[in-house]
Amino acid sequence: MSTGLHDNEIISRVLQGEQNAYAELVNRYQPYVFTLVLRFIKNREEAEEVAQDIFIKAYRSLADFRRESKFSTWLYTIVNTTCITFLRKKRLDTYSLDNEKVFEMADNVDSGFSANQVEQKSKLTMVTKAISMLNPDDAEVITLFYKAEQSLEEIGQILGLEPNTVKVRLHRARQRLKEKMELHFAQEVRDLN
Amino acid sequence: MDTQQNTESRLWDYIDGLSSPQEQSAIEAMLSSNLEWKSKYHELLEAHQLLKSTELEEPSMRFTKNVMEEIAKYHIAPAAKSYINKKIIWSIGGFFITLILAFTIYGIAQVDWSAPTDTSNLPIDINKIDFSKIFNNTFVNVFMMLNVVLGLMLLDRYLANQRKQIHKKA
Repeated sequence: MSTGLHDNEIISRVLQGEQNAYAELVNRYQPYVFTLVLRFIKNREEAEEVAQDIFIKAYRSLADFRRESKFSTWLYTIVNTTCITFLRKKRLDTYSLDNEKVFEMADNVDSGFSANQVEQKSKLTMVTKAISMLNPDDAEVITLFYKAEQSLEEIGQILGLEPNTVKVRLHRARQRLKEKMELHFAQEVRDLN
Repeated sequence: MDTQQNTESRLWDYIDGLSSPQEQSAIEAMLSSNLEWKSKYHELLEAHQLLKSTELEEPSMRFTKNVMEEIAKYHIAPAAKSYINKKIIWSIGGFFITLILAFTIYGIAQVDWSAPTDTSNLPIDINKIDFSKIFNNTFVNVFMMLNVVLGLMLLDRYLANQRKQIHKKA
């Protein structure tokens, strides 16, 4: 149930002791946070635990949010640092482009569909799958720009980069996404066209 | 290849709304006159719309409930600026800067500027530097005193915070 209140109004209420008001922020941002976490951590259960942890961290540090940026930008900074720390701790494979596993996984995904299912797959599903095959850095920048509606400056703030570097990274991420689409879904795209 | 990448890069900037007004006009002119550009533009625009339309992932239905149950155990931590006293940080910083400056000035004062410029024979005679002037009893005492004062200030702040918390609980 959305209250329609601005993020900062909800934050003021939470800081005044109205803890339940925080649920509105959780409801509002949970799909964004969860999607971003999934770009780093492919396991849904682990990703959900990390996403919960992010909201708890954000709650505990809420007094430190200085309202100089959007709440979402501040929250995604916590997402970025928490995911990087999690991956470092677990020393997980980060599904980089050079990682053989990406291609193994992609091949498995591809070969798992029958002819009929392939025909029914929309371009949207393919794009979503291709994004999940990208390395976390590329997938994150695409998600922040297109889904979380963050500007280049805001993404720069989240990732600790200059806006121009973010722009270059976004261009490269889109290029790699296109390569992934061509590599794994070329036939399907042709069938749909 | 470079030209193709450059075209793509310019078109992406145009689609993302990052081009300058002059660049926008130049691209619009190209789009109306060049079929290759027009075709590329439509290809990128479709990719842009697809990326915008991808769906977000949803966590389990209990997600918000789990978070709210968890945060019920916690309190919001006080803002960092409320317990970090900038004056203390500045005094510690000032102390070390003064120390570095004093060493630098003393070192420069020991240089024999009238010595000939012979690279094999440096104008500083390490043996001549009198470290006892710096590391004497007075210096050590002053250093220790400053540290004790800073330590007491920190202890005072810690005790004051403890007192505040006890009052709040009461």
